[in-house]
Amino acid sequence: MAARMDPGIGGEVTLLHTSQLDNLINLARASSLYYLTFGLACCGIELMQTGGPRADLMRFGAIPRASPRQADFMIVAGTLTYKMAERARLLYDQMPEPKYVISMGSCSNCGGLFQLGYSVCKGVDKVIPVDVYVPGCPPRPEALTEGLLRLQEIVRSEPWSTKRRPAAQAEGA
Amino acid sequence: MEKLILRRVDRQNEEMILNFGPQHPSTHGVINFLVETDGEVLKRATPDVGYLHRSIEKIGELVGYPGFMPYTDRVDYVAAMFANEGYAIAVERLLKIEVPQRAQWLRAISCELCRIASHLVSVGTMVMDIGAFTPMLHGIRERETINDLLEALCGARLTYNYHRIGGVAFDLPEGWRDKVLHFLDHFDKFLAEFDRLISFNEIYVKRLANVAVIPGPMAINYGLVGPNLRGSGVDWDVRRDLPYGAYPNFKFDVPVGKGFFGTAGDSFDRYYVRCLEMAESSKIVRQALDSLPEGEITAKVPRNIKPEAGEALGRVESARGELAYYVISDGTNKAYRVRARTGSFTAMCIIEDISRGLMVADLVALISSLDVVAPEIDR
Repeated sequence: MAARMDPGIGGEVTLLHTSQLDNLINLARASSLYYLTFGLACCGIELMQTGGPRADLMRFGAIPRASPRQADFMIVAGTLTYKMAERARLLYDQMPEPKYVISMGSCSNCGGLFQLGYSVCKGVDKVIPVDVYVPGCPPRPEALTEGLLRLQEIVRSEPWSTKRRPAAQAEGA
Repeated sequence: MEKLILRRVDRQNEEMILNFGPQHPSTHGVINFLVETDGEVLKRATPDVGYLHRSIEKIGELVGYPGFMPYTDRVDYVAAMFANEGYAIAVERLLKIEVPQRAQWLRAISCELCRIASHLVSVGTMVMDIGAFTPMLHGIRERETINDLLEALCGARLTYNYHRIGGVAFDLPEGWRDKVLHFLDHFDKFLAEFDRLISFNEIYVKRLANVAVIPGPMAINYGLVGPNLRGSGVDWDVRRDLPYGAYPNFKFDVPVGKGFFGTAGDSFDRYYVRCLEMAESSKIVRQALDSLPEGEITAKVPRNIKPEAGEALGRVESARGELAYYVISDGTNKAYRVRARTGSFTAMCIIEDISRGLMVADLVALISSLDVVAPEIDR
């Protein structure tokens, strides 16, 4: 997509150039991503502080939603236990298409510190497909903001109308 | 949700059984309540725990003594310092080592700052659950400053891993003392502002006063600890009554619920005791910074920790009440058993009894006033 510097507005003005509807819709989608708060453990507190006054995730258009029906993407923040894993799958299935997942923190990436644990699911990607992994234990709010920006890149670069996942892409679902 | 049963028993009442949680913003983590209601009135709310059981106690038997310290952070992530300290005290008692004075003072300073940070989240989320969003942002704003201070001290915002067996990991960074004093000057004013903003707000008081009253004897029988116990009017604080570390050297009051706007032991008392405790913590930090002794920050601890066979208990007053670590050693470099006794689990048990006859909206006030944190329940 061509970009032009406009001294009058003072930034990249991409909209003036494009006539592609896809790009316009993707820009709108990327700038208003509502997330399902799924604070499972320690990362939930950092997720809360990311939504707080300093990191302020809302300035990127990301607003917390308590219901999966209203959410565009899901932030899995914390350790996923086997007891919780089926609920995570259920919540993911309840979200409307197109839907995305950010896995926040080592625990939901791979089990992290709790790989020794007998009751811990070693990675949320064993249950639901994940788009962006944010490392850290727990990740700083800046790291989660970076994760959101990466997700926006994904959203902006894909054809929205054909965005469909197979229902059970992840293993062992 | 698959358990959701919706049925009509007869024409006179509208009995329902429904699931509240585990994914719900007001349950403070992944806790499920099986709520039996008749219309808007609760018949019973039964907690279903275990959604965050991370087998921390079992991991304590698999890793060595120093290796377990990062896991204690995750037992109570909102106030991680206390879990560090409880475990460190238990292992120090097993090893029979004396912690240097400066380390004890640093422990007290870090713990009290952490108590303020934890209570800020607690009162903030409670106010948010009742329906006011703005005060939570004020709380989070102050918490960010404490996070910065603790990050300068130990390098982490949330999971500190600062207390070590035999002392603490790092000494104070340069200029840290002034930054803390500057913050505390601001924070004392903030507390008055917070009271004006929400604590004495009439709507807020009416939502909480006389709601979910826990009488003192009942609180003792259920084993409530910390602010929940003191909110019921029972004057018990481990810092004062079973002193440990540097606490005998500080002067502080223990706030007790007196029925500020209603009956002693109601939800507002439990809330306001936390607000008063933050001011006390601020006092303790000032005293500790003024009387900070010089010297070593760690005792001499053997590189390979192998305590003699025996058992030890470390009790500390955490932000959520008494936190105890019980460690059994069999003479090897790994513990035979590590047990954590936490305040949230007992606070969870009382919900089933207290919730009878409450309105559905008051259940949220009860849960948030007890300030339960999911991993402390499940470990």
